[in-house]
Amino acid sequence: MKKKFQILLVLILCTRLTAINDNLIISESFPPKLSEFGFFLDDSAQIPHENVIPYELISTLFSDYSYKQRWVYVPNNKKAQYEENWVFNFPVGSALIKTFYYPVDERNPDLGMNLLETRLLLRKENGWEAVSYAWNEEQNEAYKKVAGKTINVSWTDFMGNDRDVRYRVPNVNQCKECHAAQDKITPIGPKARNLNKKFEFNDGEFNQLTYWMNRQIIDDYPMELVSPVDWTDESQNINDRVRSYLDVNCGHCHSPTGNANSTGLYLHLDETRDIHLGLYKKPVATGRGSGGLKYSIVPGKPDESILLHRMISLDPGVMMPESGRALSHTEAVDMVREWILVMED
Amino acid sequence: MINPGDNAQEELQEALILMSEGDTLLIKSGYYLFEDGLSLDVDNVSIIGEGLDKTILDFKNQQSGAQGFLVTSNKVTLKDFAILDAKGDALKVIGSKSINMINLRTEWTGGPKSTNGAYGFYPVESEDVLIDGCVAIGASDAGIYVGQSKNIIVRNSIAQYNVAGIEIENSYYADVYNNLASHNTGGILIFDLPDLPQQGGHHIRVFDNKSIDNDTDNFAPEGNIVGEVPRGTGIIIMANSDVEVFNNEMSGNGTVNLSIVSYSDETDDPNYYPHPRRIQVHNNIYGPVGFDPDVETGDLAKALYEISDGNMPDIFWDGVVPISQMIFGQPDDDKLKVDENSDVSFLTISPIKYMLGFSNPIRTEKKEFKGVINPLEPIVIDGI
Repeated sequence: MKKKFQILLVLILCTRLTAINDNLIISESFPPKLSEFGFFLDDSAQIPHENVIPYELISTLFSDYSYKQRWVYVPNNKKAQYEENWVFNFPVGSALIKTFYYPVDERNPDLGMNLLETRLLLRKENGWEAVSYAWNEEQNEAYKKVAGKTINVSWTDFMGNDRDVRYRVPNVNQCKECHAAQDKITPIGPKARNLNKKFEFNDGEFNQLTYWMNRQIIDDYPMELVSPVDWTDESQNINDRVRSYLDVNCGHCHSPTGNANSTGLYLHLDETRDIHLGLYKKPVATGRGSGGLKYSIVPGKPDESILLHRMISLDPGVMMPESGRALSHTEAVDMVREWILVMED
Repeated sequence: MINPGDNAQEELQEALILMSEGDTLLIKSGYYLFEDGLSLDVDNVSIIGEGLDKTILDFKNQQSGAQGFLVTSNKVTLKDFAILDAKGDALKVIGSKSINMINLRTEWTGGPKSTNGAYGFYPVESEDVLIDGCVAIGASDAGIYVGQSKNIIVRNSIAQYNVAGIEIENSYYADVYNNLASHNTGGILIFDLPDLPQQGGHHIRVFDNKSIDNDTDNFAPEGNIVGEVPRGTGIIIMANSDVEVFNNEMSGNGTVNLSIVSYSDETDDPNYYPHPRRIQVHNNIYGPVGFDPDVETGDLAKALYEISDGNMPDIFWDGVVPISQMIFGQPDDDKLKVDENSDVSFLTISPIKYMLGFSNPIRTEKKEFKGVINPLEPIVIDGI
């Protein structure tokens, strides 16, 4: 209790002393150091400025088992507008902030964490721009990396296994590979339907959309939202879980407006046509990515389905997604296998 | 300017990101070994090496990235370098308006293997595409592949030891000329496939090419459409319209020199037309053919071998048209036109007679396909 009070005191004091550098968010270039933005009161402890609001998504993109913390910043007296089936339309000067890290030991959070990178999407006059800052070894500053960076990192997982990965901080172009819709950079996560869940804020537990309304950073959201299910929630229908997973992990490229639209394989939530969802869909320009298999999905036959083959593979010329993954996502592979197995012809 | 060295990968990728419109980046002669794919997203720039045997970008140790080099911007010129042993495609270009690929080489150095990447040159969803003086070797799908694009010139290039040498797929307005396609499984393919954002490939001219000695066993991973191409195929035209094939040399192809076919798999795509229309073939030179038909790969060679009693023709048309046209005949405008020397062999099937079990369902007299050739307009790309 005493500790909490101290943190609160620090927060209040700091809030008075520091300010977010609004000009830097909209300036043409990116500063070399993350701390210059003033998003965090304490960078290495990742304690955000009062106006930098944490959030979570219902289903998230797999990134080699790394953990992610997300925050949103909307400048004072401005609001993001609700868009149906799409991310909120954020005003110029907004920032979406995402830090990637591994806990030293998943079984014991007190052992601390390894900060890898903090990715920013900044809403400038002409649209969104993306950049990543990689944390230094001392873990007290993150530096801009336009060409990306390789970090060899290890951690201990829930089972007590030692894990390691060749983690890739994406370069600016790789950010665009996923965050592009109709040739413009766009956020992927903060759609109203993906935010429609409870979250433990410093001042209590609230539905995130309600909280965003109260903090006056959004103008509106519909009372009745059809949200995707949390794919990890085993009480849910498997089709809903898989479609939710595929939507957030694949649908940003595999949609009619995404980078992979030339494939004709569309995995975003709104797709309903069997052939475009991959059922008995032949590969187009897949090459050896097909693994000698004939169709993206063969109902009842997961091991004859290219989609699963490419989720399992660790070969850069075969694996999907094309970037951001060096490990196989075992839990999701199992789920998709089950989904195809019980799928009716 | 980039020089070889331990940091070349990061330097080159950073330069590709930070360069400004109008810039030219010179990659000095030398050997560059990469662990990650490269990408370019800046408009109006040139990336230039010192020769396709001098500036070598080698991706054999690639750990991430689905292709060697990815381009996603407009008005780009790539010239005078080589991309070797990429894990996926060698050079992929998505959604570019005006992309020039000049004197480049893409190669898998271990010979034809199904573990090689799919495409050497792979522009897709692009417009104003020039591939000139390039060399493509060892792709497990197509050496030079242009997909879902518009306004295309592929010329003066060499494609060898690929499954398909040169493939134009679901594309509009292309000139493919003065190329050499040899020792592939199939030399030049003009294809159209269903269920894609751009389909109905049309207006393709294939001329002054040599598609000769295509004698490499099909090594495409199963599931891919080119996996159906029999070894020893000169040119295939599938489900396109307005294609003119002239002044080419097709020779030394053990199965068939020129094959004109429908897309034969089932599809429910209501917007797809699976049959070739308005194909014109004239003034080509034909050499030895059919001496080693590959009846093991796909259905085409096997069926042709049986129907022709082992006398494989220079030119084959599968004769498949919509059912109404089988009964009432094809509209005159849609008909195949063949105007070749009298010694050029030709074979087509009447599918109805074939299905009804007629003893003689084939026709080999190409005179009935002679008509007035209406030359297609040449492709013009501004500034080329």
